[in-house]
Amino acid sequence: MNARIGLSLAMTLGAAWLLAGCERTPVDVVQRGYRGLAMGEVYNPRTEAVVAAANQAPAAVSPEPGSEGPLATSAYKNVQVLNDLSVAQFTRLMLAMTQWVAPPGQTCNYCHSTDLSSDENYRKVVARQMLRMVRHINSDWKDHVGATGVTCYTCHRGQDLPANIWYIDPGPAHASAMAGNKAGQNAPAESVGLTSLPNDPFTPFLDAQPANIRIQALTPLPEGNRSSIKQAEWTYGLMIHMSKSLGVNCTYCHNSRAFEMWDQSTPQRATAWYGIRMVRDANTSYLAPLASTLPADRKGPLGDVAKINCATCHQGVYKPLYGVSMLKDYPELGGQP
Amino acid sequence: MAEYQNFFTRVQVRAPIYAGTPLTGGVWQRQGKGSFSHFLGRLGDAQLGPIYLGTLGVMSLFCGFIAFEIVGLNMLASVNWSPIQLLRQLPWLALEPPAPGNGLHLPPLNEGGWWLLAGLFMTLSVLLWWARMYRRARALGMGTHVAWAFASAIWLMLVLGIIRPVLMGSFGEGVPFGIFPHLDWTAAFSIRYGNLFYCPFHMLSIAFLYGSALLFAMHGATILAVSRYGGDRELEQIADRGTAAERAALFWRWTMGFNATIESIHRWAWWFAVLCPLVGGIGILLSGTVVDNWYLWSVKHGVAPAYPHVFPAVTDPSTLPGASR
Repeated sequence: MNARIGLSLAMTLGAAWLLAGCERTPVDVVQRGYRGLAMGEVYNPRTEAVVAAANQAPAAVSPEPGSEGPLATSAYKNVQVLNDLSVAQFTRLMLAMTQWVAPPGQTCNYCHSTDLSSDENYRKVVARQMLRMVRHINSDWKDHVGATGVTCYTCHRGQDLPANIWYIDPGPAHASAMAGNKAGQNAPAESVGLTSLPNDPFTPFLDAQPANIRIQALTPLPEGNRSSIKQAEWTYGLMIHMSKSLGVNCTYCHNSRAFEMWDQSTPQRATAWYGIRMVRDANTSYLAPLASTLPADRKGPLGDVAKINCATCHQGVYKPLYGVSMLKDYPELGGQP
Repeated sequence: MAEYQNFFTRVQVRAPIYAGTPLTGGVWQRQGKGSFSHFLGRLGDAQLGPIYLGTLGVMSLFCGFIAFEIVGLNMLASVNWSPIQLLRQLPWLALEPPAPGNGLHLPPLNEGGWWLLAGLFMTLSVLLWWARMYRRARALGMGTHVAWAFASAIWLMLVLGIIRPVLMGSFGEGVPFGIFPHLDWTAAFSIRYGNLFYCPFHMLSIAFLYGSALLFAMHGATILAVSRYGGDRELEQIADRGTAAERAALFWRWTMGFNATIESIHRWAWWFAVLCPLVGGIGILLSGTVVDNWYLWSVKHGVAPAYPHVFPAVTDPSTLPGASR
């Protein structure tokens, strides 16, 4: 009898252990596509509440002062990017940037020397480059960010380094020349949602010299598409990253019966297409040139600068900060780059 | 009275241990003397052993051991020889085939060479085991149905691992040896070739897979249900149809108008099981070699329906004027 009780106990514990990784039901399903196509978004209200609480836009530091009054360049020296702002706009933005980017407890001197105009502190040089990037994104990447736009807060969220950045994956530290080659995959990596897909889908797709993401043939019979299954795994990894970053399923953009067909996709797929190009542009045109500015402890194991991906802005939400436009309160971040 | 409406077998026949007819000639004898196990008796025959390994069996186990070691040691090396990490990460670990650019050249060991060797020894092991099944069936004067059913599974394995990669001109098309990795590979395969669900051979394979399960359930249930009339003595019932066979036949004729016979149901089951990997292998073999996108192939041949559009029309941005890359 004791053996029977022990067996039931072991089976109960085993079942509990197997189910420990599962989310508690019920979940909400929002149908988006035509019926029968399983194009629906699945939301767990309990995990969604946690994500929502962590993605609220802060209120503006003060009302928008307008561009009247003397230009910032008349009061401050060495103003290279924000030279079209009034003094009031300029100081308000500096205050906001302190809240958005400087770590808790840090103020102006996190980036500035006693001489505010000095470029001695590398963080000030980085901040100037980031302002250029923000203005570039807001004016030239409307296909992705729309009128909502981005601010420093979209990525930084009150931290000097955004929570979601990436460096080129150096591979396992103990790589042996003899055996055990993982071919860049087969580890439970967060970057690809704990699948065994390639761990670093960012280097080939979101940096300079991007590889082809489209691996599917657009003809029924073979007509020269030489994409391999391994290439499909890399694309798959990138797509898992996008899905995780936005907190959505494949069907947010694709009709999964035919991933490749644009005429069956949702408009979000085109937005995402521009997003991929925007990320590449930011990484290569604005972040990579900081290599000579950043100190070694701000770089990755291979000496590359921190780069962005979809999660840097989206942070688990289909639109960063649920589509609340902070740019509306800081229109000066949409000026000419 | 024996009862058959039970999860486990209630009848355990215990006779003196029987090792089979004496072996004549050959180097190998049967291994072990045989023993009885009550718990095995609940699932099958209570007698365990002796087993006949023979030359083919020993060679097969040896080759299988080498393949297992190549895969396992590569997995262990990939976690820096940490047994704890091997256990923790085991579902994710794999031995990967060569990079696609390698083509059909022999790669260095750590760049796919181990994968080729593991595949070679696994194939040898499986083929030797097939030959052993064939030979043991002949030695017992049986037909070779089991060996040919096994050959169907071997066909699918060879298509996936070597035949299709060779036709595609790249060992990199092969399947990784790993738990999650081979599943992710399967999903990537389907995505690459435009959704395998639209491949008619995949459809057939699924039909035979589910059909096998259905036939197995129907047959097992029918025989258990008439075993109180001796229906479990199927061989006798084939040639000398008794009340068990009559009742079983009537049951299905009453419920669905048609019935298999006690002999033919086994042919149904054998063919369903054999056709499942057989047609599946054909579908895999055609992917990439003959058909590059099964969805578009299905559209071309009127298989895949179109659905009403509920979203505004979407254009591929890369085709718009001024699009970058």
